[in-house]
Amino acid sequence: MSSIAELVETMDYGPAPESPQIVNDWLAGHANGFGHFIDGGFTEPGETFEVISPATGATIARVTQGSAADVDAAVRAARSAQGKWAALSGHERARWLYALARRIQQHTRFLAVLETIDNGKPIREARDIDVPLVARHFYHHAGWAELVETAFRDAKPVGVCGQIIPWNFPLLMLAWKIAPALAAGNTVVLKPAEYTPLTALAFAAICEEIGLPRGVVNIVTGDGATGEAIVGHEDIDKIAFTGSTEVGRLIRRATAGTGKALTLELGGKSPFVVFADADLDAAVEGVVDAIWFNQGQVCCAGARILVAEAVADRFGALLRERMTRLRVGDPLDKSTDVGAIVHPVQLARIRELVAKGVAEGAELYQGTAPDGCFYPPTLATGVEPASTLATEEIFGPVATLTTFRTPKDAIALANNTRYGLAASVWSENVNLSLSIASQIKAGVVWINCTNVFDAGAGFGGYRESGFGREGGREGMWAYLAVPGPKPARSDDAPPSIPPAPGLGGAVVGIDRTAKLYIGGKQKRPDGGYSYPVTHSRGAALGLAGHGNRKDIRDAVEAAHSASGWGAATGHNRAQVLYYVAENLAARAEEFASRIKSFGASSAKANQEVEAAVRRCFWYAAQADKFDGAVHQTKSAHVTLAMHEPLGVIGIACPTPFPLLGFVSLVLPAIAMGNRVVAIPSQTHPLAATDLYQVFDTSDVPGGVVNIVTGERDDLARTLADHDGVDGLWYFGSKAGIAMVEQRSAGNLKQSWCENGGARDWSKSEGQGRVFLHRATQVKNIWVPYGE
Amino acid sequence: MSHKAQSAPDSGPALVTAQPVAAHGRNDRRNPGMALAPEMFEGHAVNRSAAERRAETIVKRRSVKKESQAAWLINAIRCMDLTTLAGDDTAGRVHRLCAKARRPLAPHLAEALGIAGMGLTVGAVCVYPTMVAHAVAALEGTSIPVASVATGFPAGLMPLKLRLEEIGYAVGEGAHEIDIVITREHVLTRDWSALYDEVAAMREACGHAHLKAILATGDLETLRNVYAASMVAMQAGADFIKTSTGKEGVNATLPVSLIMVRALRDYGLETGHKVGFKPAGGMKTAKDALAWQILMKEELGNDWLTPKLFRFGASSMLADIERQLEHHVTGRYSAGHRHALA
Repeated sequence: MSSIAELVETMDYGPAPESPQIVNDWLAGHANGFGHFIDGGFTEPGETFEVISPATGATIARVTQGSAADVDAAVRAARSAQGKWAALSGHERARWLYALARRIQQHTRFLAVLETIDNGKPIREARDIDVPLVARHFYHHAGWAELVETAFRDAKPVGVCGQIIPWNFPLLMLAWKIAPALAAGNTVVLKPAEYTPLTALAFAAICEEIGLPRGVVNIVTGDGATGEAIVGHEDIDKIAFTGSTEVGRLIRRATAGTGKALTLELGGKSPFVVFADADLDAAVEGVVDAIWFNQGQVCCAGARILVAEAVADRFGALLRERMTRLRVGDPLDKSTDVGAIVHPVQLARIRELVAKGVAEGAELYQGTAPDGCFYPPTLATGVEPASTLATEEIFGPVATLTTFRTPKDAIALANNTRYGLAASVWSENVNLSLSIASQIKAGVVWINCTNVFDAGAGFGGYRESGFGREGGREGMWAYLAVPGPKPARSDDAPPSIPPAPGLGGAVVGIDRTAKLYIGGKQKRPDGGYSYPVTHSRGAALGLAGHGNRKDIRDAVEAAHSASGWGAATGHNRAQVLYYVAENLAARAEEFASRIKSFGASSAKANQEVEAAVRRCFWYAAQADKFDGAVHQTKSAHVTLAMHEPLGVIGIACPTPFPLLGFVSLVLPAIAMGNRVVAIPSQTHPLAATDLYQVFDTSDVPGGVVNIVTGERDDLARTLADHDGVDGLWYFGSKAGIAMVEQRSAGNLKQSWCENGGARDWSKSEGQGRVFLHRATQVKNIWVPYGE
Repeated sequence: MSHKAQSAPDSGPALVTAQPVAAHGRNDRRNPGMALAPEMFEGHAVNRSAAERRAETIVKRRSVKKESQAAWLINAIRCMDLTTLAGDDTAGRVHRLCAKARRPLAPHLAEALGIAGMGLTVGAVCVYPTMVAHAVAALEGTSIPVASVATGFPAGLMPLKLRLEEIGYAVGEGAHEIDIVITREHVLTRDWSALYDEVAAMREACGHAHLKAILATGDLETLRNVYAASMVAMQAGADFIKTSTGKEGVNATLPVSLIMVRALRDYGLETGHKVGFKPAGGMKTAKDALAWQILMKEELGNDWLTPKLFRFGASSMLADIERQLEHHVTGRYSAGHRHALA
């Protein structure tokens, strides 16, 4: 140790170690290995694997590899606890969540030190960010438990939830999963990541310590195989997953058609947009918080820095200078900025991607890092939009720097990604920053800040970053279900429709051609085939176009072109919907006789038309009222939760209620600003095709509603496969549901699937806020203020 | 932001060039100033929320413990303008302060800390003009400079002629450093040339004495004002920029300090000149001493951890530092009455 006199000259920081002693003692007490936490107690350790501390490479614990039998035991415990847990009053559940929050605060330093040792993140971050957010999450959701009965009337818990979390924020992700699930009345089986299972086990010990009713929280450790066992378990009602997009896709496919609810919080490649009028020093600090926070192992890391060409040189110089002051090393040292990469496997992946980037022409500016499982803070320039470093999620301390010219250019670059998790926008101009925030496709937008979190705001992505929200009111919906219709007695699998002549009888009156409706124009089907539409007793009514995949392609194209609809005011959309009602009412008789012609009674037909008109009014009324919220988060922050349309939604309509089924699905979607490609009732499409004239006369802009008739499941398959479709509502057969969910994994579009025969569209279950929730996604925009 | 330096005698790409060291705690390559250049600060964005976030976390990102902490606290003493600016100041009071300035630590503590041979003193003694002569007499034989406030301290609302005469008086009494106050009105009304002319005239009146420009940031309120006022003061030739008189409602804070040090960094990048920084008022604890030094090291580097370029304007901070240093030596918590009064 140098003398104090020498230190006065060098003014070095010197070591500032956080003592690991208490945690080490605890780990030593479990030297035989940890079991799972099932049904209120720890099991004996089974077949174990090593947990290492990435900073030292030392083995710090052994945990049990969860078998299918372990998962099954955990699910059984969760199942038998669920009824009782849900039957508790909200207040009683609130007290349990409150107790968890309190205990987490009481054990705060223990948890922070354990997290740092297990994960490699700097103690400052575990201590000042992760653990306080964990406690905050449980407090916030103690509040939701208290209020759930009144704040979410009619909603019920989903049941038993299987939850799989990543290694980057082990305890925080546990909190994000468990707190809302428990508040809503669910019980859980949670699997922590294999690299970082220890704080979950410490949390289990806390559950034991407070005497949480057994079976409510179950924790099973293990690797991907254990995760698979959870995903595949028949008695789990919902899977919540945070992790890579790749695994998210596998889970989407694995759960397809099983009836399991699903929320996914996946990867990102978030843009960090710096305009010329920004406080550049502030933006530089923002980069530090964006990409050198948690070693860049953050799903919402601002990994793509986009900077206005006019200030790029100055910004780059400031950023490089700032990088020289980052301290990389021992995570337990209180002066460390960047700790260890979680595991040598991840380090190898970072190295590989960066090497690939360099081979593609990227230039690197790097800080320094000690030997071992560390990687230096890295800034890559010379990266084009097509480069590996610009498109692949690196999950390491590597940012790319690219310039843009104009706001339009910035938006184009920002949205040039398959992901849509988060974005950060830096500008002192409120008009500019809010305009950019509204145009960026991401679930979270931070203005003049980055990586700011609070339990009161929703977090979650657009596009291939997943669906569902965590935190806030919107996050509670991920663990609640509005009871749907009673299960249908039969499958909605309509008979086949051979598109060949000679199958029906003669048509009465002048022969009419029901074409497809694409981009506001009637189009003949691309294939040139038609299929017969018949009365329920078999008499011919006419022909409908037999649309094919190219028609779907054209319809999606047209829907994309009508993007102005989403930007229109709710009032404008309402006016159009009222106009649709007006014109529909004016032709009520014609529509009723059309429905009668399918075989419905006169009374039923009239009722269906009348209900369709009412539904237009109801969604017109909602168009400017189903709005977002301003969340209570941090002081001097406005956190806006905006409801945004998904974009282009495919809608496969049920066979029954040929008019009302169509109207009940298409209207909420367009009321919220979506454009739709709808497949009408396969058997009776003519009620929907008659609507062309209503839409045409009601000022519905071309491309907002596109209608392709034909074989429902065939067309739905094309929609499910289509990467330009953002959501897909499918009301049809069991096989069709499995197909749609399976194929939606491609771009991870949000799907909503139901048996087409289940819902009685003439009743109240045919309309409601649940349709509007499905038609929107929440974007949280954070705006700090102060001068 | 892009602008050209109007005078850059030794402009280089970076701030840092080695400089000869002469008298105690003086930056002998003084900032000569430059013509008023509003493009260096007008429209310069300062985001308060981000500044507050940085200020809040900067002190949590670094921790200084044990020997290092002792060294940092000793350095804080070295960089301290030990101050008395009260209506009841007397010759006796100033003598006592100067005695403390000469020997800020009890000899047994200096011995135990292994710095007895360092000749540790504070950076300067800061008094009112009429107390300068007493201070100069009391510090005779040391190299501790005497700083005097002037220019109608603290409000500064006296005719300019009188303010300049006051500087002349203090310099004549033997002050080596003059802590002037700016006319806040010039900032609030954005009359940059009036502010520039005023500070330039004061600099001229200082002669060989160094000028510290007190911006009274609590009165300026916004960080954009703070940045602009800092820049004008430096362009007019200030050797130091200083946050506060200690008499405003809000005195030295970390966010304000952050913006001032960024302004002086930007000025240095543009002109190649190093300007000093002096936070003053409201800093009372050893913890504050560490926080501001961390800020200087992180934002500017070690050059700004010497009395040539960094001073604390504080009166009660020393007492807390002494207690912490005694704790370091003995391992027992100390009490204030064990240490000599300032």
